[in-house]
Amino acid sequence: MSLNLNSNIADPDAFYKELIDSQRGMDDAQAAMMNCKLVLLLANHIGDREVIREALKRAGGAV
Amino acid sequence: MFKTYSYPKFPYIQSEEQKSSQVRRHKLVIVGAGPIGLTAALDAAAHNIPCVVLDDNDTVSVGSRAVCYAKRPLEVWDRLNVGERMVAKGVGWKLGKVFFKDRLSYQFDLLPEDDNKMPAMINLQQYYLEEYMVDEIGRLPQVDLRWKHKLMAIEQRNDHAVLTVETPDGVFTMEADWVLACDGANSDVRSMVGAQFTGQFFQDRFLIADVIMKAEYPTERWFWFDPPFHPNQSVLLHRQPDDVWRIDFQLGWDADANEEKKPEKIIPRVKAMLGDDREFELEWASVYQFACRRIDDFRYGRVLFAGDSAHQVSPFGARGANTGVQDIDNLIWKLKLVIEGDAPITLIDSYNEERAFAADDNLLNSTRATDFITPKSASSRLYRDATLQLAEDPDAEFARKLVNSGRLSMPTPYVHSSLNTQDEDVFGGGMHPGTNCADAPVKVQGKDAWFLNQIGGQFTLLSFGTAPVESVAHGRVSAKVLQVGRDIADEKGILAARYDAAPGTTYLIRPDQHVAARWRGFDETKIARALARAVAA
Ligand SMILES: Cc1cc2nc3c(=O)[nH]c(=O)nc-3n(C[C@H](O)[C@H](O)[C@H](O)COP(=O)(O)OP(=O)(O)OC[C@H]3O[C@@H](n4cnc5c(N)ncnc54)[C@H](O)[C@@H]3O)c2cc1C
Repeated sequence: MSLNLNSNIADPDAFYKELIDSQRGMDDAQAAMMNCKLVLLLANHIGDREVIREALKRAGGAV
Repeated sequence: MFKTYSYPKFPYIQSEEQKSSQVRRHKLVIVGAGPIGLTAALDAAAHNIPCVVLDDNDTVSVGSRAVCYAKRPLEVWDRLNVGERMVAKGVGWKLGKVFFKDRLSYQFDLLPEDDNKMPAMINLQQYYLEEYMVDEIGRLPQVDLRWKHKLMAIEQRNDHAVLTVETPDGVFTMEADWVLACDGANSDVRSMVGAQFTGQFFQDRFLIADVIMKAEYPTERWFWFDPPFHPNQSVLLHRQPDDVWRIDFQLGWDADANEEKKPEKIIPRVKAMLGDDREFELEWASVYQFACRRIDDFRYGRVLFAGDSAHQVSPFGARGANTGVQDIDNLIWKLKLVIEGDAPITLIDSYNEERAFAADDNLLNSTRATDFITPKSASSRLYRDATLQLAEDPDAEFARKLVNSGRLSMPTPYVHSSLNTQDEDVFGGGMHPGTNCADAPVKVQGKDAWFLNQIGGQFTLLSFGTAPVESVAHGRVSAKVLQVGRDIADEKGILAARYDAAPGTTYLIRPDQHVAARWRGFDETKIARALARAVAA
């Protein structure tokens, strides 16, 4: 499996709003903490190290 | 200070060779009588190699230093007759708790496997460990342990080394076919031979304090990330014998070691941690900064390195002494065969091959733990804290797996070693060539015994069927048959299960209790070939 870059979420606009809204009322530190948890949760869900590595690269990570 | 332990002072004795100014050639000179040099002396004696041990001091380790000893080194010490005494004095533990701020984040159980002679882990002050080994050495005529002997210089020759040694009576010269440098992390020998010692330095400083108190805390390993009594840093609490508790405080990179070591600085910290009303006495304290690095080659001509002189790891995971003991376990039988002319000198190079591989594994583990415990950037700290917060969720098992307060020392199997013979038959279970042998309860002449006590020191052919011969040899190296059902009884079937044995299964086991090869039958030609390979012939 490789990282899916095609649109994979039904109703993209609603998803995006949900993501942004989920951090409403948070200060920067709280939002940053939440983002870290989110990365960890989603990475674990994906599980496949190849896919995760590709995502790290696409996101501009030094891998 | 030191209410619970009185330090022995070992006598300095001038050697005959210094008195007479006669330069003597020794087979083996061990530099340093720390845990690793002393283990080396015991193992040399077990292999009947006469040796001289030089130490610049005249007592044991000051302060507890290394605390946790894992099953494999205990098995090695048991082979050398000191393991049982250590276990009897040490405190066993198996539960670890990790706290984040003021809450329990999660706990782990070492889950020791049943039916092993040695426990998963014991805690024991380093001075006891050393004292017991010095006692045992006193009974061994092969070891000449010399206190107040400082190695000053080494000159390498083709087939030996020339040592300049200083004692209270002045300077004298000795020669050695082999020199084993067990002179610790700041090894002088390393610089004398021009070896490189590279890796990563960590900025953070740690305060370690031995505190005496009568406390009803359970015997567990407690680790705090960012506790209220020591904000932003980590703290570790461990129980040792004699009501001595070891506390490690992370201090951060800008701490002043001399300042932090003062009782008036330490006592308030400990009080804040324990709550004001608990009575305690401070026994010993020290501040240290650590590094993760290793020597580029464990052998320089006739000089070999083992223990901290060869590799230095962070204390998380208690790897320092544990891994050093396994260096010795790996080296001494090889040295014996080479000294006796029974194996080529290239066998010694497999020591570097196998133990550098293990050192890299340890360094990787200890660097990872250190990066988790002492995050190097705001963002890595955020990930660390996020992991710890997620770990509190009982459903989030995955996050608990990410929490790293030090992975406990496990032996590194030599899976790629050139001494192994690869499997040609199919085996289940974990006893691959290169792996240290699992223990199991057995019976010998009707009496309860342990499997590991039946092997070691020489090659063994563990045979789960009727072996057609009593031994198989390559040159003068011979592997003696140990037949299950005849020499040892496996009444519970645990040995057979751990070795995935069927009738006829045969294991070739090295003198350091590691698997060299295994088959589903007993084929003398194949065994002889594997034996030759295991001695680098
Ligand atoms: C403050 C401190 C805390 C530690 N805490 C832990 C811990 O919690 N857990 C853990 O696993 N490990 C810990 N360690 C590391 C552990 O103590 C070492 O891994 C272990 O002692 C290594 O044993 P060694 O025999 O290789 O070296 P050492 O114990 O350092 O012994 C070296 C010996 O060589 C002698 N020597 C040195 N130079 C010469 C010379 N030129 N001539 C003659 N003799 C010489 C020294 O006197 C010494 O006796 C700690 C170390 C220190 C310093």
